[in-house]
Amino acid sequence: MGRLMKKILLVDLLQGLWVTFRNQHPRNIYTEQYPAERPKVAERYRGAPRLNINPENGETLCIACNLCAVACPENLIVVTSERNEQTRRKELTHFTYDTSRCMFCGLCEDACPVDALELTQDFELATYTREGLIWDRQMLEEGPRPKKYTC
Amino acid sequence: MPDTTFLDATELVLNMGPQHPSTHGVLRVILKLDGEKVIGTECVIGYLHRGVEKIAENRTYAMFAPYVDRMDYVAAVSNGLGYCLAVEKLLSVEAPPRAQAVRVTLTELNRIASHLLWLGTHALDIGAITPLFYTLREREEVLKIFEKYCGARLTTHAFRIGGLQYEIYEDFERDVNAFCDMFLPKVDEYEELLTNNRIWRRRLIGVGILKAEDCKQYGVTGPVLRAAGVKWDIRKALPYSGYEKYDFEIPTARNADTYDRYVVRMAEMQQSVRIIRQAVAGIPEGPIMAKVPKVIKPPVGEAYVSIEAPKGELGYFVVSDGSTQPYRVRIRPPSFVNLQALDRMCRGALVADVVAIIGTIDIVLGEIDR
Repeated sequence: MGRLMKKILLVDLLQGLWVTFRNQHPRNIYTEQYPAERPKVAERYRGAPRLNINPENGETLCIACNLCAVACPENLIVVTSERNEQTRRKELTHFTYDTSRCMFCGLCEDACPVDALELTQDFELATYTREGLIWDRQMLEEGPRPKKYTC
Repeated sequence: MPDTTFLDATELVLNMGPQHPSTHGVLRVILKLDGEKVIGTECVIGYLHRGVEKIAENRTYAMFAPYVDRMDYVAAVSNGLGYCLAVEKLLSVEAPPRAQAVRVTLTELNRIASHLLWLGTHALDIGAITPLFYTLREREEVLKIFEKYCGARLTTHAFRIGGLQYEIYEDFERDVNAFCDMFLPKVDEYEELLTNNRIWRRRLIGVGILKAEDCKQYGVTGPVLRAAGVKWDIRKALPYSGYEKYDFEIPTARNADTYDRYVVRMAEMQQSVRIIRQAVAGIPEGPIMAKVPKVIKPPVGEAYVSIEAPKGELGYFVVSDGSTQPYRVRIRPPSFVNLQALDRMCRGALVADVVAIIGTIDIVLGEIDR
């Protein structure tokens, strides 16, 4: 009898609807208003690559050792260097990083002995062209300039 | 015999997928129908084939680790663990205890994330849309922990051969415990939504039965096997990463139908919370990386390691020829093997049940096609 009454009174369905009702409160809204509201990514987030420069003298930290290019599974880093005749040291000339093929695994970052190459918290990497995804040294050092959205 | 397909045959061939939303990716199922009844199915796979096993032959051991995350992208951490364990076995090294405890914590968190996504999409396939919002909300918390730990949410690349790359962050224990406290009442909430719901029960009970004997013949593992009453869990049977230290149970059920698989997975999530609590409370001090040479060059030989991934037994067979690159990596993905049983489970069912059955096997096409 009790089971029949429960069935007629839709107790099982109302039980589920009660859960939905409990979750109605406005403080349970989880939508992020993305372009207006910036999401906070974690400190260790692996996003856009950056080639760090020494803040004291503005020179690159990269010693052109090529270890990142060797560690990269996708072979997308190209490092070129030339030997400075006066100091007898290798100096970085070009650094190309193809973000279109990058899977942000972080192996290049781990391989870097001087913490020059770093994957940053920047996650907006979309461009209008394929060529725009291939980052040169200047872009890696200064970072991409995302468009300002207004709304 | 003249072809009478269109005239007097009662058999209708229907293509389901590869774009059908409830095939969970790009699975194509050719259904042979007699009216509404399924008399046979055939799976066409390979739409997501990327040649992962071949890629492995052209990469060094360390380089291949990020690729395994892309197989079962819902449970990337488990994939990474299996691969790392296989290479560690080749090298005869073992991850330090601290690394092992963190590994267990993260893989169990990943099991919860995987089961949550399964629950949401499975319920969505059946017609209950609400659980999806709630499960994705809780899954987000797991992904936030992953992001804080290793910097990525899905394709984590959390483990390295020999241990861990990243030390746990400052509030790791607090975050994980807070998640456990938050999550357990939520499981009851899902149960409240679904377990007694008459539509849910009518759609699941008695659908897609796969008895223990058939499971063994097909090689089906994971929750599908446990729902048939077989107490088989690699974490208990062949413990790895220190699972023998943790106290947990293997949930099983008897009826081997879709509803029982739901019950088993719900219980598994609760057991995972139990393991996480024990693991995170006992993270020992010490190094996080074993002594592994910079250039990994295992001796000639082969190693097979299988782990209990959220979907079943995930095995890695790695053959080394003594060079820096593996000679062969063979992967035994649980979804690929479990999918074979689809035909057996679908025979005699209705077309609408096929959707429920595909959902209940919990397949990920990235893993099947590799």
